[in-house]
Amino acid sequence: MNGKERIARRIAREVKDGYYVNLGIGLPTMVAAYLPLGIDVIFQSENGMLGVGIPPLEDVADPDLINAGKQPVTEIAGSSYFASDESFAMIRGGHMDMSVLGAMQVDEQGNLANWTIPGKMVKGMGGAMDLVAGARRVIVAMEHQTKEGESRILRQCTLPLTGTHVVHDIVTELGWIRVTPDGLMLTEIAEGIGPAEVQARTEAKLAISPDLTAMVVV
Amino acid sequence: MNKVVASAEEAVQDIANGSTIMLGGFGLCGIPENLIAALVKRGLMGLHTISNNMGVDGFGMGLMLEAGMIASHIGSYVGENRRLEQMVLKGELALTLIPQGTLAERIRAGGAGIPAFYTPTGLGTVVAEGKETREIGDRTYVLETALRADVALVKAWKGDRLGNLVYRKTARNFNPVMATAARVTIAEVEELVEPGELDPDHIVTPGIYVKRMVVGREYKKPIESRFIREKMAQAGGAA
Repeated sequence: MNGKERIARRIAREVKDGYYVNLGIGLPTMVAAYLPLGIDVIFQSENGMLGVGIPPLEDVADPDLINAGKQPVTEIAGSSYFASDESFAMIRGGHMDMSVLGAMQVDEQGNLANWTIPGKMVKGMGGAMDLVAGARRVIVAMEHQTKEGESRILRQCTLPLTGTHVVHDIVTELGWIRVTPDGLMLTEIAEGIGPAEVQARTEAKLAISPDLTAMVVV
Repeated sequence: MNKVVASAEEAVQDIANGSTIMLGGFGLCGIPENLIAALVKRGLMGLHTISNNMGVDGFGMGLMLEAGMIASHIGSYVGENRRLEQMVLKGELALTLIPQGTLAERIRAGGAGIPAFYTPTGLGTVVAEGKETREIGDRTYVLETALRADVALVKAWKGDRLGNLVYRKTARNFNPVMATAARVTIAEVEELVEPGELDPDHIVTPGIYVKRMVVGREYKKPIESRFIREKMAQAGGAA
């Protein structure tokens, strides 16, 4: 099991019966594949759909039916479609129980940066700024460090922000980090690694929860 | 009343150089393929476009970009267009990126006669720079102004000659809201039906918003990202 799968599987355990959830592009999308059995969850896609189903087989992919990552999807029984203004009314209006997003940087204040690198990368924020402003719970799903081994969890973000004080939890392959009013707290830790090593690979200061437990991935 | 014209070329013939144009679609899904082709054929210049994305290299609005027709663009995400990225980094195109929900709501406001509104989105980011903020209750909000355009080009699934439109699945996206926010809205539909065939309870865009219609032909509808089930299984998904 690779790191990304570990992250997706752990977040899937956090999704509860009856939740309306928006999954961001890339790694967050994988969460849907690992949901616990026997719970009813409705996935929203900000391009205008509630009730996103599993990806289709290639020969039945419908170009009129995609998710926000522009990947073909299917509908579940009970899906609905709506226009972009209504889609963001439900996001901004606080109707989403959970939003899972990727990140380039997160910091001790729960600030998030995930949309641009000035002078290098022009992509855009898409729906991320609205999602972090409106979802009841914002979980960042990302690999702990960059490919170059630099920390993505910083004292203070250096890239242009997506939102300030918006992240509730950070989940990486090394553990679960909660954003508290006093800073970041490691509450779960991956097998085979100690808190000191997680801290060594993190620029931000991590408090270690007195109730630190193993990050269980099933 | 009959809003149907004979061709996409005829539908766009009075659009002027320098116009502000809204284009519906999300990625390549639900884009007005025929109307875009007609615009490119006309070779209009100096256009100010408003659209969530900007096509990809070689398709959709990417064709307008390659033809050098676009002077400025407002959108939320342009990640799939390398040519655009290069043009922006070199300063050849004025690109304004705004949050997708703010884009949708600014257009909605434009169509609904609301000049501006407060939103929590973007507070504390570059999006809020230079904008009025206001505390309402226990939160601070950013003032955003309405967007309107000279022309909106939208794509629907079925429509009748009165301009009533219905959409198909996620090809709806920005089309209905853009249809409300332009001086002239031009709709292309896959299928023209007789008035009365569309259930009045199911009409998404009432005909009042639509000035002109054309029946589109030879849709390509490329799928941008082929993340299908087999690939997901390889990536570790249960699917």
